[in-house]
Amino acid sequence: MEKTAVLDLLRQEFPREVKEAFSDLGDEIIIIEKESLLPIVKFLRGEPHRYDLLLDLTCVDYLGQEPRFEMVYHLYSLTKKRRLRIKTRLSEKELCIASLTELWKNANWLEREIYDLFGVHFESHPDLRRIFMYDGFEGYPLRKDYPLRKRQPRLRMRE
Amino acid sequence: MATRIQSQARPDTLLLNMGPSHPAMHGTIRIMLELDGERILNSEVEVGYLHRGFEKTCEHRTYFNLLPYTDRLNYVSPLINNLGYVMTIEKLLGLEVPERAQYIRVIMSELSRVSDHLTCLAAMAMECGAFTVFLYKMKAREFLWDVIEQTTGARMTTSYVRIGGVRADLHQSFDTVLKKAVEETRRVLKDVHGLLDKNKIFLNRTRDVATISAEEAVAFGWTGPCLRSAGVYYDVRKAHPYLVYDRLNFEVPLGERGDNFDRYMVRMKEMEQSLRIIEQAAVRLPRTPGAVIVDGIEPAEAIKESRKKRVRRAVKLSANLEGSEKNISSGILAEETGAVVPPKEDTYTSIEGLIKHFKFFMRGHGIRPPRGDVYFSVEGGNGELGYYIVSDGSDKPYRLHLRAPCFHIVSALEYLIRGRYVADVIPTFGSMNMIGGELDR
Repeated sequence: MEKTAVLDLLRQEFPREVKEAFSDLGDEIIIIEKESLLPIVKFLRGEPHRYDLLLDLTCVDYLGQEPRFEMVYHLYSLTKKRRLRIKTRLSEKELCIASLTELWKNANWLEREIYDLFGVHFESHPDLRRIFMYDGFEGYPLRKDYPLRKRQPRLRMRE
Repeated sequence: MATRIQSQARPDTLLLNMGPSHPAMHGTIRIMLELDGERILNSEVEVGYLHRGFEKTCEHRTYFNLLPYTDRLNYVSPLINNLGYVMTIEKLLGLEVPERAQYIRVIMSELSRVSDHLTCLAAMAMECGAFTVFLYKMKAREFLWDVIEQTTGARMTTSYVRIGGVRADLHQSFDTVLKKAVEETRRVLKDVHGLLDKNKIFLNRTRDVATISAEEAVAFGWTGPCLRSAGVYYDVRKAHPYLVYDRLNFEVPLGERGDNFDRYMVRMKEMEQSLRIIEQAAVRLPRTPGAVIVDGIEPAEAIKESRKKRVRRAVKLSANLEGSEKNISSGILAEETGAVVPPKEDTYTSIEGLIKHFKFFMRGHGIRPPRGDVYFSVEGGNGELGYYIVSDGSDKPYRLHLRAPCFHIVSALEYLIRGRYVADVIPTFGSMNMIGGELDR
């Protein structure tokens, strides 16, 4: 019973923003509109659910579909011992989403990683730079249209 | 291009580089420090020197083929990485694993956890000047790795845990070797407790250095021993028990202050708990009669004989630990066709077996999980090691993402060393157990 309580509550609280809420293979999943990410996440972080751990944040490139990119957030509630997956789609033309850096500190590096590998922009991120790749790297390597063995242009040595 | 710290630094301060190639930066990471005398005013951590495109590579390999890449993530505890990946796929496939294999997996992942903690603390102690501790711990790790080597055939790049079970059964003298390893490790732990726990030099460098509160640790997404050192009770083995962890007795040690010393202590206590788990699991391990076939006929002989008629006698276990032979696979591998490698004696001696073998390894065939996405995590040496896999129904993962525990932990390094001395960077960094392969992927 309790298992679906979060999903039901989310459906009630955000009837328009939450597009789908279901559980699959034991994971609880909600699909939302990208504009409502911050309010929903803030709601989940507060009482009574206390999803206080940002477990993971990643992106999936569905090349050929519209909208093309899907952001995937995993939240964890230490008190309720429950995981929640939040998914939202981003179109290629408008590739930006609200940053979670004001709520979680590890979002800083996680979002830099997504910016680096997928080219997604995060609004009001304090320090949005590449993290794994170097400055001057061309393209976004984890996108599906980036070939596996693509060569990068040579860089001039720094003085 | 100027880095952040170069453009923001005050003109009267000194900028100092630690790494990427520095004896205390085990692995390659660069820490740029802005110093006022010996005080760190600001710092910037630069990662990515070991980025090898793990996720991108995995998207171009089949589910069976990409297993060796997971060895190279946290190279001190490769068995846990294997386990995390394999169990994610099993969750997606809905595959049941034999009980014996589950116990073997538990023993192997706890052995890896102990060796992971030993390596971390050995390096940390050595950098604080306790070289004896380093040698003691390396000695204990060697005994543990002997067990791992005997079972898996490799010390680090094991690829031992397979989808549906494990690759090979335990060695005949496994019990004796394991017992010796556990005894030796216990002795080393006792010695190390005696050498470090009340050691003034060690305490001065670790006690109340780089303290983190429970709230901050959660805000940084810490998991594993580092989070528990701040007093937060979260262990994947307890919160979401996988394998047979719910049947085994063990405690989750917690720290109080969240400083370097607590991180050391939690790891030390956790190793004792891991040894407890290993002992319990070794006793409860379901025995299979004749697990290792010694008196069968040679594989080459069987192949020769199969040209005339079907071979019905047992085939000797090959020396390369290939564990997919029929008689022994029942205890350690699921019998689901299509998910596990078909038994070798079938492949070499019958046409149906050969077809099954090809169907398993051919491009576009083999393991093809249903469409969907799945997240599964295990308790790694550093914390929650999670895999997020998106399957499009083909034989390759559409997307594979690793939740690397030390990525979150290292992201707090700048915060932890602010305002401290340069010398504090070393034990702080050591207590985090940064593993480049996992951090940079």
